Amino acid sequence: MSTQQQATTGQGTPPEPISKVSIIVSKGSLEGIYPALIMGNGARMEGIEANLFFTFFGLDAINAAKHEHVKVATVGNPGLHLATWAGGVPGISALVTHRLAAEMEKLDIPPIPEFVEMIADSGAGIYACKASVDLFSLSREDFIPQVEDIITVGEFYGLAAGGQIIFT
Amino acid sequence: MSSATYAGADVEVDAEGFLTDPGQWNEQIAAEIAAQAGIEQLTDRHWQVVRFMRDRYLSTGSAPSIRTLGKASGVPIKELYELFPKGPAKLAAKIGGIPKPRGCI
Repeated sequence: MSTQQQATTGQGTPPEPISKVSIIVSKGSLEGIYPALIMGNGARMEGIEANLFFTFFGLDAINAAKHEHVKVATVGNPGLHLATWAGGVPGISALVTHRLAAEMEKLDIPPIPEFVEMIADSGAGIYACKASVDLFSLSREDFIPQVEDIITVGEFYGLAAGGQIIFT
Repeated sequence: MSSATYAGADVEVDAEGFLTDPGQWNEQIAAEIAAQAGIEQLTDRHWQVVRFMRDRYLSTGSAPSIRTLGKASGVPIKELYELFPKGPAKLAAKIGGIPKPRGCI
């Protein structure tokens, strides 16, 4: 039965296109946040419904006081190919972030505040995780106006129903 | 690569129906591609976006990003998505008779 089904699928019925994604943003570093924003924006560009759910340090991306100051993690980041001690030198994180931001601008990739606003304008839902908001003693006023709501994990699953969930 | 017939004209298109030669394009073709994509009537605002995409492609050799489209076309991001719900950059490129944009932003 299942082999037959597989055979039928294998014969060329194209797979169902993705129509909805819910992206969880849990990291607070620049390299942790951008991939999620690019995937969210990219989904909307393809006409795919998208929700972004910011949790733990990912909340920095929608925190009005912090979203301009998100930095590349230079400590414990082997991808930078820096000597371990160099990653911890004062100012190195700001320097690397500055260099990367300049490269991104050349590719027309917006800074985080503008990018989140663009994604919200494209019709994607922007949500903050209630457990993390409580944990960091934050409230609605700490966030950018594009945040639609502070929701529980249960409500997130409700919103994500019928689509794919991407954890970053 | 294959060919398709729009508004009585045979044009070369890719697998997704994007014109591969912008020179074969005209406004009747645009209207027909739009109708097939669910846009019954191309308004002045649609045209503003389509023409911007096409002009940028013809002058620079690549289609603008959605960021540039929102900033420089005169139509803000929110309205872009109202005009082209299935993806403004992709659809405006298709209607404007230029190849599918390859950018991630």
